Amino acid sequence: MRPQAAAAALSDDEVLGLRADFPILADERLVYLDSGATSQKPFAVLDAERAYLEHENAAVHRGAHSLAAEATERFEDARATVAAFVGAEEEELVWTENATAALNTVAYGIGNASAGRGGPEADRFRLRAGDELVVTELEHHANLIPWQELAARTGATLRFIPVDDAGALDLAEAARIIGPATRLVAFSHVSNVLGGMSPVDDLVALAQGVGALTVLDACQSVPHLPVDVQALGVDFAAFSGHKMLGPTGIGALYGRRELLDALPPFLTGGSMITTVTMERAEYLPAPQRFEAGTQPVAQAIGLAAAARYLDAIGMARIAAHEAELGARLAEGVAAIDGVRLLGPAPGEPRVGLASFAVDGVHAHDVGQFLDDRGIAVRVGHHCAQPLHRRLGITASTRASTAVYTTRQEVDLLLDGLRDAVTFFGVRS
Amino acid sequence: MSAGLGGLYQDVILDLARHPHAKGLEDGAASSSHQVNPTCGDEVTLQLHVEGGRIDRIRWEGDGCAISQSSASILADLAPGLSGPELQERIDAFRVAMRSKGRIEPDEELLGDAVVLGGVSRYTARVKCAMLAWVAAEDALRKL
Repeated sequence: MRPQAAAAALSDDEVLGLRADFPILADERLVYLDSGATSQKPFAVLDAERAYLEHENAAVHRGAHSLAAEATERFEDARATVAAFVGAEEEELVWTENATAALNTVAYGIGNASAGRGGPEADRFRLRAGDELVVTELEHHANLIPWQELAARTGATLRFIPVDDAGALDLAEAARIIGPATRLVAFSHVSNVLGGMSPVDDLVALAQGVGALTVLDACQSVPHLPVDVQALGVDFAAFSGHKMLGPTGIGALYGRRELLDALPPFLTGGSMITTVTMERAEYLPAPQRFEAGTQPVAQAIGLAAAARYLDAIGMARIAAHEAELGARLAEGVAAIDGVRLLGPAPGEPRVGLASFAVDGVHAHDVGQFLDDRGIAVRVGHHCAQPLHRRLGITASTRASTAVYTTRQEVDLLLDGLRDAVTFFGVRS
Repeated sequence: MSAGLGGLYQDVILDLARHPHAKGLEDGAASSSHQVNPTCGDEVTLQLHVEGGRIDRIRWEGDGCAISQSSASILADLAPGLSGPELQERIDAFRVAMRSKGRIEPDEELLGDAVVLGGVSRYTARVKCAMLAWVAAEDALRKL
């Protein structure tokens, strides 16, 4: 397991040194505080993709020529690197297009099992009327809608664990909702809106207590915290490459080996089969059974380079750096009159991310004002409409950091936010 | 503040965002439409009230940014007395200006106060905000 102990945060000089690795950050006018949406890419990632395409590009897992063998080796090395990065075995890591595709792979696999596919070993996934799926009220739409659809297709009921006014999950309610009928509990590791961490241990214990599967949306944790999926004890986890300094078009699904080998495939076609007749097909074991069609090879290699880059700095130190930035953001935002900080109060644990609502001013306008100063933030519902509705707002503004974010950038955001409040006349 | 931001958020826009016109739905509308901007969740419900074959008034309800909210007020100020085709002509002209990336200023004779929204067309991400109420009016016209 990776070190979880408190690590030293990055010094200002270290962060400035790292920034030189990111070509887009050479533009000094850019204050990029939208890493929660997508992160910037270091040369190490860009170079790895380009080097593969220039020197090793070939079709993987097919063809007998040397170049194909080399490409396949690089592709599988990338899998081993990224699997190790999250504490998984190679065979437990499935490449997907993104995290949304990873979550849908589980949801549609269970749906296919429920439709009778997958033989006796898939019986453990079969849903019947009366079964319940449980999500939380703070989920990103990617970890909500696939379960809505699965419930609609199978006759299962979708329930949710509510959040309190601060956006924290109500664990007492979770203990009431997760019961004998619960077959699956899907939840975020870190909220993409609030920046708070979910009580993974408690939720896994509740789910395991009733024999339910757990699915973790780790999109906002894997890029920012040391994550060990086996230590967390979840059955499945999904994360995306582009939020962790890697390319777009690549994500991953972790699944415990025995589960992945029993789950029916979602996408079917080439590369995921053993024997095919005109009537039927036999499927490869995981992970290949979930990787139909041509794979994003250069992207996988780029993602492995991103994992190595993060690992070289150390995820514990990155987490400490971003926790400092998150605390600075939360304290600064909460201190501005007319601005409501969402999620954990200042001083409570949060990653380097803060969303807020300005009284009487729409997030779009706040974002536009900040953009005029070169400050890039996310505005809107951040793909979490139910959470915003629960918090009594339709949209919020989110500032999110990454390993390359400086304290000075956080201060520029806070200055900009104070001026935006004045400009839009909130105090008048 | 740069000139760019001032060009976008003219005082009229900020005033209308704080003190909207014709806001609040009323019984007896001839037609109505609900439109949502899915990227940000802005929404508007717009009613056409018709008397003697002409638009008597627009009423609307909604929630959103200063651009979308002021644009609804401006449209509501513009519409009374127009026939359906006359309103459609203004919607078309406004759309052309909004999509022009700053090349075409809104025609003041045709569009009245909507000229203050001219700066929006240079901010492609905000054009949908400005268009929201106008798209609702177009949809409501179609249903008449």
